Amino acid sequence: MESIILQIAARHMRPLLIGLSLIVLYRGHNEPGGGFIGGLMFGAAYILYAMAFGVVKTQKSIFFNPINLTALGLLIALISGLPAIMLGDIFMTGEWYTFFQGTMMELKLGTPLIFDVGVYFAVAGMLMLVMFSIMEE
Amino acid sequence: MILVLPIILPLLFMVVLIFTRRWLAFQQGFSIFASIMLTFVSFLILIDVQQNGILAIQPGSWDAPYGITLVADLFSAIMMTTTSFVGIIVMIYSPGFIDKERQTAGYYPLVYGLLMGVNGAFITGDLFNLYVWYEVMLTSSFVLIALGGSAEQLRGSIKYVTINFVASIFFVSAIGILYGQVGTLNMADLAAKMRTWDEPMYINSALMLFFIAFSVKSALVPFFFWLPASYHTPPMAITALFAGTLTKVGVYTMFRFYSLFVVFDQQFWTIFILTLAGLTMFIGVLMAASQFDIRKILSFHIISQVGYMIMGLGIFTATGIAGAIFFTVHNMLSKTNTFLAGGLVYQQSGSYDLKYLGGLYKAKPFLALLFFIPAMSLAGIPPLPGFFGKFFLIKGGFEAQQYFITAVAILTGLFTLFSMVKIWNEAYWKKEPEEVKERGKVHPSALIATSLLAAAVILMGIFAGPVIDICLQAGEQIVNPEMYINAVLKR
Repeated sequence: MESIILQIAARHMRPLLIGLSLIVLYRGHNEPGGGFIGGLMFGAAYILYAMAFGVVKTQKSIFFNPINLTALGLLIALISGLPAIMLGDIFMTGEWYTFFQGTMMELKLGTPLIFDVGVYFAVAGMLMLVMFSIMEE
Repeated sequence: MILVLPIILPLLFMVVLIFTRRWLAFQQGFSIFASIMLTFVSFLILIDVQQNGILAIQPGSWDAPYGITLVADLFSAIMMTTTSFVGIIVMIYSPGFIDKERQTAGYYPLVYGLLMGVNGAFITGDLFNLYVWYEVMLTSSFVLIALGGSAEQLRGSIKYVTINFVASIFFVSAIGILYGQVGTLNMADLAAKMRTWDEPMYINSALMLFFIAFSVKSALVPFFFWLPASYHTPPMAITALFAGTLTKVGVYTMFRFYSLFVVFDQQFWTIFILTLAGLTMFIGVLMAASQFDIRKILSFHIISQVGYMIMGLGIFTATGIAGAIFFTVHNMLSKTNTFLAGGLVYQQSGSYDLKYLGGLYKAKPFLALLFFIPAMSLAGIPPLPGFFGKFFLIKGGFEAQQYFITAVAILTGLFTLFSMVKIWNEAYWKKEPEEVKERGKVHPSALIATSLLAAAVILMGIFAGPVIDICLQAGEQIVNPEMYINAVLKR
C-alpha cells in the first residue's frame, strides 16, 4: 500500500516521536514514563515508517541492526550496576550526582537513568526486530 | 558480591555472543571458555557457602522484605555448580553435533539466556523474581526447541509452549493469592509470617496452585505428557541440555517451597507427595520400557527419575533430602550423558530407532562403554553414583517408616535396569540388521564431551563420600528453614 499522506506523515512523525520518546525516558524516574515506554515509542516511530515505506527501505534507512541494539541495551543495563560496586556499595545500588547545583539549571542524574537507557534500547530493538520480521511475511 | 555473578556473567556472555554471532569459530571457543568461568564462579560460591553458611545480599541496597534478595544456600550452590558443569559439556559437544545454520542462528546466546534463567531461579529469594527467572529460562528454551524450524520441531514446541504457559498462569495466580493474603513477596519474610498465620485456607490453596505449576514444569504424574511429546524433537545437544537442567529447576523450587511454606497440614502433603512420587516413578519407567526410540525411552526416564527426587521431598528428613539432592546431581550428569551417548549412536548409525540399530558393541566398543557407564549409573549399579543416591533415598524411606514408597522405589529400580538393558541389547549387542541406514562418523568434539561427562560420573561414584557429606549439610539446611529465614532477614 502506497499512500502519499501516510508517507509524508511518517517522515515528519519519526523525528517527533523519537524526540518525545527521549523526554518520556528522562522524566521516567519520578513521573509516568521510563525506558520501557520510551523504547516502545522509539520502536513505534520506525514501525510507522515501515508501514509507509515498506520494511526493506526502513532497514536501509537505519544504520543499526535491531538485534545489536537489543544487545547494546542489555550491556548498558548491566553496566549501570557497576558504579555502585566501584563506590563500595552493593551491585545495582542507585548512585546520584547533581550537576550545576544551586543554579536554575540544576540537573540530577544517576545510575537508574543509565539502566533506563539500557531498557530503552533493549525494548526498542526487540520491538523492531519482532515487528519487522512479522511485516516482512 | 560474588552472588550476583551467576546472573550477570551469563548476561554479559550473551551480549558478547550476540555481537559476534557471525563468527562461528569464536562463538564455539568463547562459549566453552565462558561456561568454564561460570562453573568456576559457582564452585567458589559452593565453597563459600559451605564454610560460612547461607549467603544473602540485597542488590540495590534495598533491605530484605522490600528489595529483591539473592540467597545461596548449599542446595542452590550445588545445583548451580552442576548446571554450569553440564553447560561446559554441552558447549563442547555442540560444535560436533548441531548444524552450522542452527549454530549461527543464535544457538549460543540462547544457551546463555537459558543458563541465566536457571541460575536466577536457583539464587533468588523473591517470589515474583522467581517467576521472572522462570520466564527468562522458558523463553530461551522456547526458541531453542524450535530453532531450525523443522516440521517435527514445531509440532513438539507447540505442545511445550502451550503447557508451559498454562503452568505459568497457575504460578502467577498463586503468587497473587499469597501476596494478597500475607502482603509480602520475599520468600523468607513470607515463611516467617506464615508460621504465625491463623488462616490456613488461602495459603493451602495457593500452595496447591504452586504445586500444580511446578509439577507441570518438572513433569510429575498427571502432567508429564508434554515432555516425551517435545523433548525428542530438537537436536540431541539441546535435548541433553534440557534434560540436564529444566525439569530439575522445577524440582529445586518444590524443595525450596516445601521447606519454607508448608507449615499447615504436613500429614496431608506427605501422603500426597509420596503418592505422586510413587506413581510418577512407576508409570514413567513402564512407559519407557514400552518405547523403541532411544530419545523417547530416555525422555520417559526423566519422568521416572523425577519421581525419585520427589520421593526424597515427601520423606523430608535430612537423610531423605540429602539422598534426593545427591540423586538430582547424579541424574543431571548421568541423564545428560545417556542423551549425549544416544547422539553418538545417531552420528554413527544414522538412526534413533532401536529396530534399525545393532552391532555397535562390536563395531565401536568405546561408544558402547560411553553408554554403559551412565546407563548402569541410572540403573543403580554399585560403584556408580546412582547406587548411592538410591541407597540414601531408600535408607531415608526406611528411617521415616514409609515402607510402601520404598518398595515402589526398589521395584522401579528393577524396571530401570530392564529398560537400560533393552537399549543395550538392541543397539549395541544384537546383530546388525540387514537394512541399515547410511553410516556416519562420530565427531571428535562430541566424543570428547561425552567421555568427559562419563569420567565425571565415575568420579562422582568414587568420591561419593565427600559429596554425600555436602548433600547431608544441604539436607539439614532444607529441613531447618529457620536458617534460611534468619540469613535473609538478618535476625
